[in-house]
Amino acid sequence: MSDVVPIKTGHEGSTADQFKAYFSRLRAGEMGAVPAVGAMLLLVILFSSLSPYFLTTLNIANLFVQTATILTMTVALVFVILIGEIDLSAGVTAGTGMAIFVKMNQVLPQYWIWNLAFAFLVGLAVGWFIGFFVAKIGVPSFVISLALYLALPGVMLIILGEGGVLRVEVPEIKAIMNQNLPGWAGWAMLAVCLVITTAMGLWDRGRRIKAQLPVRPLTLLWIKVAASGILGAAAIVLLNTNRSQNAFMPIAGVPLVIPMVLFILFACTFLLDRTRFGRHLFAVGGNPEAARRAGIKVARIRMMAFIICSTLAMMSGVFNISRIGNVESSAGRAIVLQGVAAAVVGGVSLFGGRGRVAHAALGAFVIAMIDNGLGLLGIPAGVNFIVTGGVLAVAATVDALARRRSGASLNRT
Amino acid sequence: MNNPLVQLSGVKKSFGPVDVLKGIDLKVYPGKVTALVGDNGAGKSTLIKGLSGVQPYDEGVVLFEGQEVHLHTARQSSALGIEVVYQDLALCENLDIVQNMFLGREETSQLTLDESSMEYQAAKALQSLSVKTVKSVRQKVSSLSGGQRQTVAIARSVLRDAKLVILDEPTAALGVAQTEQVLNLVRRLADSGVAVLMISHNLVDVFQVADDIAVLYLGTMVAQLKTEETNHNDVIGYITGLKKL
Ligand SMILES: Nc1ncnc2c1ncn2[C@@H]1O[C@H](COP(=O)(O)OP(=O)(O)O)[C@@H](O)[C@H]1O
Ligand SMILES: [Mg+2]
Repeated sequence: MSDVVPIKTGHEGSTADQFKAYFSRLRAGEMGAVPAVGAMLLLVILFSSLSPYFLTTLNIANLFVQTATILTMTVALVFVILIGEIDLSAGVTAGTGMAIFVKMNQVLPQYWIWNLAFAFLVGLAVGWFIGFFVAKIGVPSFVISLALYLALPGVMLIILGEGGVLRVEVPEIKAIMNQNLPGWAGWAMLAVCLVITTAMGLWDRGRRIKAQLPVRPLTLLWIKVAASGILGAAAIVLLNTNRSQNAFMPIAGVPLVIPMVLFILFACTFLLDRTRFGRHLFAVGGNPEAARRAGIKVARIRMMAFIICSTLAMMSGVFNISRIGNVESSAGRAIVLQGVAAAVVGGVSLFGGRGRVAHAALGAFVIAMIDNGLGLLGIPAGVNFIVTGGVLAVAATVDALARRRSGASLNRT
Repeated sequence: MNNPLVQLSGVKKSFGPVDVLKGIDLKVYPGKVTALVGDNGAGKSTLIKGLSGVQPYDEGVVLFEGQEVHLHTARQSSALGIEVVYQDLALCENLDIVQNMFLGREETSQLTLDESSMEYQAAKALQSLSVKTVKSVRQKVSSLSGGQRQTVAIARSVLRDAKLVILDEPTAALGVAQTEQVLNLVRRLADSGVAVLMISHNLVDVFQVADDIAVLYLGTMVAQLKTEETNHNDVIGYITGLKKL
């Protein structure tokens, strides 16, 4: 029934046409995931040639686990970066929440789950606080979140005591990063992911057919599902093999954190791509005045973005303390810049309005790989900071240049 | 002649001691393009801000479809079917055509965006205006030319079932070919039964597309003329205040 709609929708044509359209979008500067994937391949080649340990199953599992913390922070930051704002305090907010959590656990260990819930409420409150200053008062987010970046470590210091480090005593929390799913559960997880991908693809297609709109060839969906299946299966085979160096204590299976991260990715992608809230977030990031005139409550969207960011950042804090096993007063200072770097490497524009959660997740892999690889090579932490800072600078420059280019094409009427 | 969709009588607006609109009468007809012309500072923007509800008039009567209405908010105007396409268009460049056309009024089903329904309606609206220049309704606005953007902004008002579309200088930033496209679009919009009120500085455009020409001079409506009964020189005379009715 495509004669009903003579104007194209981007869904017309054969599989080959669709691929052609994809490459022409790439050439036009919509690079999407390409830079992050390219950087990943480059780093794999670099580090695997420099260190024999890089591609061991143990290190790959480590890399996944390390990525989880940065990735969750990145996804949290995506919400504020998409509206053209920044939250430099997301890391220390998470640190503060975790400090409160472990401190409360000392007093009320049996209620650890409520203590954790309270930590998330703290995250929500901090997000509300930043959002209020930005959206209602008009303080630049850079400034108000920098103020918190300086102030919250002080709060942590007071909670934890001078030079204080508190250990995480909750086994359930420690399990997240240190325990693994049984072998079959890894495969079940993959199956669930593939079923969801397929079902959503078919569902969207069904809706288009019902609306008499042209649809992409089904082949494309099968290619997507097959590719995810192959990559996922490879990861699970790797993670399900014993990676222990101790013959008496085998370690195998998908780390518990992975299904949690996959859920966060799915939920955030769903929120941004398929709900009115997500659409309005992009609109506010693209042109706040246009959003306002379209009847969107811009201040409310801004507040929500900061609240989601701080609350989700708390999850990254949970992953972090699960891995290192304690909380100290400097917790969360470094990770926020890694998170921003990851988002920008993943093509999320610091100018707002452009970016995808999945691509930001790939950016998080790049940043985690740098961390991991340099660590394996025994390069001092200082160098790691310098490299991460350099990557952020390069990625932000690419972002600015890409924006300039699309700006130039605007005037080409 | 049929009845006016909108009829203003004795509309006044002042900012402190400055009387910007000094008792304006104006009729805008369905299916017709009414051009609103006048020198800078004549009060054109103030006049349309009153109609769009963002800056209510101080005095005067507004009849819409023969009924007196009070326009105090943009929401009230848009509920009546009055849509304004501002000069800066107010589009989100990072979103595609469909997303822009439904911005703030997204359709949902089962709590999620109903993309297919929106895509269909957007394509329909563009089709009803015989728009042929856009490649795909899923193109990002950043990739569109100035004329195509104007087209999207106008089509958005069609989608909202506008009865009166107010256009603020729709061709100001456009080249020759695109101006032609947009003027044709304005014509088709009116031919579909919509009342169009178009602010313009360009008399060539006005004479090409308008049925009526309303001339503001320092806050007074000096003339509302039929295009076929007047000419360039007369209109310039009214605009500059050298000629009075
Ligand atoms: N908000 C305002 N406050 C004070 N004066 C205003 C305001 N808006 C417009 N004016 C004055 O009203 C007059 C008419 O303005 P405007 O309606 O923008 O004219 P036009 O659009 O025809 O150029 C101008 O002298 C302008 O300075
Ligand atoms: Mg004006």
